[in-house]
Amino acid sequence: MREHTEPLLFELSRTGRTGHSLPELDVPQKPYEEMLPEDVLRKNPPELPELSEPDVVRHYTKLSQLNHAVDTGFYPLGSCTMKYNPRINEEVSQLPGFSQLHPLQPVQTVQGALELLFNMEKFLCELSGMTRFTFQPAAGAHGEFTGLSLIRAYHSHKGDTGRNKIIIPDSAHGTNPASVAMAGYKTVQVKSNDRGGIDLEHLREIADNTTAGLMLTNPNTLGIFDENITQIAEIVHNAGGLLYYDGANANAIMGISRPADMGFDIVHFNLHKTFSTPHGGGGPGSGPVGVVEKLVPFLPVPVVEKKDNSYYLDYDRPESIGKIHSFYGNFGVIIKAYAYILSMGMEGLRRASEEAVLNANYLMRALAKYFHLPYDRTCMHEFVLSGSKQKELGIRTLDMAKRLPDFGFHPPTVYFPLIVEEAMMIEPTETESKETLDAFIEAMKQIAREAEENPDMLKNAPHTTPVRRLDETRAARQPDLRWRP
Amino acid sequence: MRYLPNTEQERQAMLASLGIQTTEELFKDIPEEVKLKETPDIPHPLSELEVKVHMQKLAQKNRSLNELVSFLGGGFYDHYIPSAVNYIISRGEFLTAYTPYQAEISQGTLQSIYEFQTMIAQLTGMDIANASMYDGATALAEAALMAAAHGRKRNNIVVSSAVNPLYLQVLSSYLRGRADLEIRYIPVRNGITGTSDFEQVIDENTAAVLLQQPNFFGCLEQGADIAEIAHKHGAKLVVCADPISLGILSAPGDYGADIVVGEGQSLGNAPYFGGPGLGFFAAREEFLRSMPGRIVGATVDTQGKRGFTLTLQTREQHIRREKATSNICSNQALNALAASIYMALMGKQGLAETAELCLQKAHYAEEKISSLPGYSRAFPAPFLKEFTVKCPVPAAKVVERLLDRGFLAGIDLGKYYPNMKDYLLVAVTEKRTKEEIDCFAEQLEGIK
Repeated sequence: MREHTEPLLFELSRTGRTGHSLPELDVPQKPYEEMLPEDVLRKNPPELPELSEPDVVRHYTKLSQLNHAVDTGFYPLGSCTMKYNPRINEEVSQLPGFSQLHPLQPVQTVQGALELLFNMEKFLCELSGMTRFTFQPAAGAHGEFTGLSLIRAYHSHKGDTGRNKIIIPDSAHGTNPASVAMAGYKTVQVKSNDRGGIDLEHLREIADNTTAGLMLTNPNTLGIFDENITQIAEIVHNAGGLLYYDGANANAIMGISRPADMGFDIVHFNLHKTFSTPHGGGGPGSGPVGVVEKLVPFLPVPVVEKKDNSYYLDYDRPESIGKIHSFYGNFGVIIKAYAYILSMGMEGLRRASEEAVLNANYLMRALAKYFHLPYDRTCMHEFVLSGSKQKELGIRTLDMAKRLPDFGFHPPTVYFPLIVEEAMMIEPTETESKETLDAFIEAMKQIAREAEENPDMLKNAPHTTPVRRLDETRAARQPDLRWRP
Repeated sequence: MRYLPNTEQERQAMLASLGIQTTEELFKDIPEEVKLKETPDIPHPLSELEVKVHMQKLAQKNRSLNELVSFLGGGFYDHYIPSAVNYIISRGEFLTAYTPYQAEISQGTLQSIYEFQTMIAQLTGMDIANASMYDGATALAEAALMAAAHGRKRNNIVVSSAVNPLYLQVLSSYLRGRADLEIRYIPVRNGITGTSDFEQVIDENTAAVLLQQPNFFGCLEQGADIAEIAHKHGAKLVVCADPISLGILSAPGDYGADIVVGEGQSLGNAPYFGGPGLGFFAAREEFLRSMPGRIVGATVDTQGKRGFTLTLQTREQHIRREKATSNICSNQALNALAASIYMALMGKQGLAETAELCLQKAHYAEEKISSLPGYSRAFPAPFLKEFTVKCPVPAAKVVERLLDRGFLAGIDLGKYYPNMKDYLLVAVTEKRTKEEIDCFAEQLEGIK
């Protein structure tokens, strides 16, 4: 990583420099006043920076060197599945036959794109056990909102309008309750039991005729597969609710178990997690949503259909919840995930899940010697440690997390799930080798030792990054959100 | 398997350290009845070469904008993308990083977002901007929700019917669960939002007025007049703007907009059959703590050095859960980076020059087409790069016939408005040449 930070684009700007070249006007020039009234015109051009192309390329290259990424090192960020992003997927997604398609082209000119969506839908149905999928959701949270809209449509179609609550576990991702609120539902929290799963007694108490549904990740955010899943499904279904599967943790179960067989009615997958598409510094993602038969009529329009060997977009779906994206979702991301499934095949996908789970268990057992493991049982693709032992020495999980970059590692997800004190959620993924895991174990071991012997080393960490620990309180109290001259 | 590094020996060593024989034992918590009995029907693994060939064959079944001459718009446009954009966004350090939660090792992403926020704020005339939304439609829907939350007891949203119909569908899906919020539409008169129609629908309970500029038909709206009407009733004005047009058109902030959103695909992003593009989202300072999405702020480190970090996170889902201002987590960061690089390359003059090329060429095309027998300009309102033409035959027929000649003629408005079957929406970007426009007009003339 570079040691030196980089000036802002605006600080590098010099009046009169330019980084573009446009063709000369080849039609007769018409005076402005014949085209646009004076009062709609900008008085001055927008204050964008003025830079040459080499300035711009060098600026962004230097900025890129201030980032940790999967390509530069281990990234065990729990629940984010930071696996390797294959380059073939990037290359094929950039074929002009995919990238240079306008969304409103006549269907006969986009048969390849529709065929890809059609095939990909079949793949996701096979992996989940669902009947149909929509690709419109652009991310996991967008998928959750779509799923909740489907739940609403299903109940109201039956005339069952008294259901206004969605049950979520206390270990749920923050997007779950936020999506519930956005969809106009109320959240009811169900407690976790001492094994990290849902407390069935509590679930029985709260599931009733006001329950619209339950949202769950399985394996859950503790990295634990809820072994009572069939009973959970039964309780919710008996109360008349539907089950939503948050696919954030699906990397543990490909080819091993399917959400539909567990009793789920709706599922979203995160193509940018499980199916290897790059995260791009926060997006674009893709969160396709699949449903069981009885919910198919409510899917967003359009859906891709095939007739006489050609594909078309079907908008004639009167029960549909409508559209939730301008067009068909993040098609560019879907291409990459499709290529990934072709590369892996069913054997490869299953193997990926097995290796992800093996890597996680290996790491968990090794680290449990130095850190408290609150749920001491076999984990799936990730696990949660607690920094509670170190807290007694006056060291916070944050201090330990901030030390990891000095060893070349990205820290785990910290302070989540909320039900574990000083949580560290670690997900190694299947694309890391034993050597990498061993090096990470050594680093964590040294950090545990420093907590006892040299706490200042942790409190002042990181030591080798382009900037040191940042004043986040100042950032929030005196917001400086844009450059001003 | 080329992406899985562990050797058989390493795997055995790891299993041995766990005291087990096979990975099967790690899945013992999954009840037998929910374990897969049959293997899902997914093909066997393909080699990299086979994947490439398969994908090339699929891509060849499409006719791309490299092959067809496009006059399609409606939110996504065929603008030129400088080569440096794709080169930079393909760098693994940007491409394969996650959301910049750990600021010290994410300064590249964070600073680029801070620069993006600055440029979007400059372009729109707003005080602040976020790191991006999924697309133009969801940005508009979230703007409506934000204005409603801000307006407390205000319980209706007034929407121009000249907003992109696909965006209106998304807006209605987003508001369906909100029985407390009503959507009221303003009709279109002669291609623009009827300013005289507001009095019938707007009232003291209106949280926001939603306007598109230029609107779906390509026409310029009377933004300042509508801002005045909205503000008179204490409502906020939300403008959904085309970012390229802002190279020469007044910033919405200058004529009274309170929130400005839009589709940013035109800024350096390939169309990709409709996604990924990006929604941009900017607002006045008063919305600082009610904005959706990621926001980056500048601060200092322990040594006093400038650095950037995600900030105002108490708005967000991972902190506030059901009380968050939105559920958005992943956004369109890499597309926002492409937009930033594009804006940095185009600079102060380049965006204005691009907009002017579109303006000139679109007017040339419009005059050419309107002079053809049976064709006429549909609306008198001024336009920039997109305009509506009334055709002598149904627009669907025009689209079909022109495709045979290698043209994407535009959008058949009959698909969205049953009473507009003869109307075609034509977009002209800086990429279209005089020769292409002349040829397009010639082909239009030939349709009987």
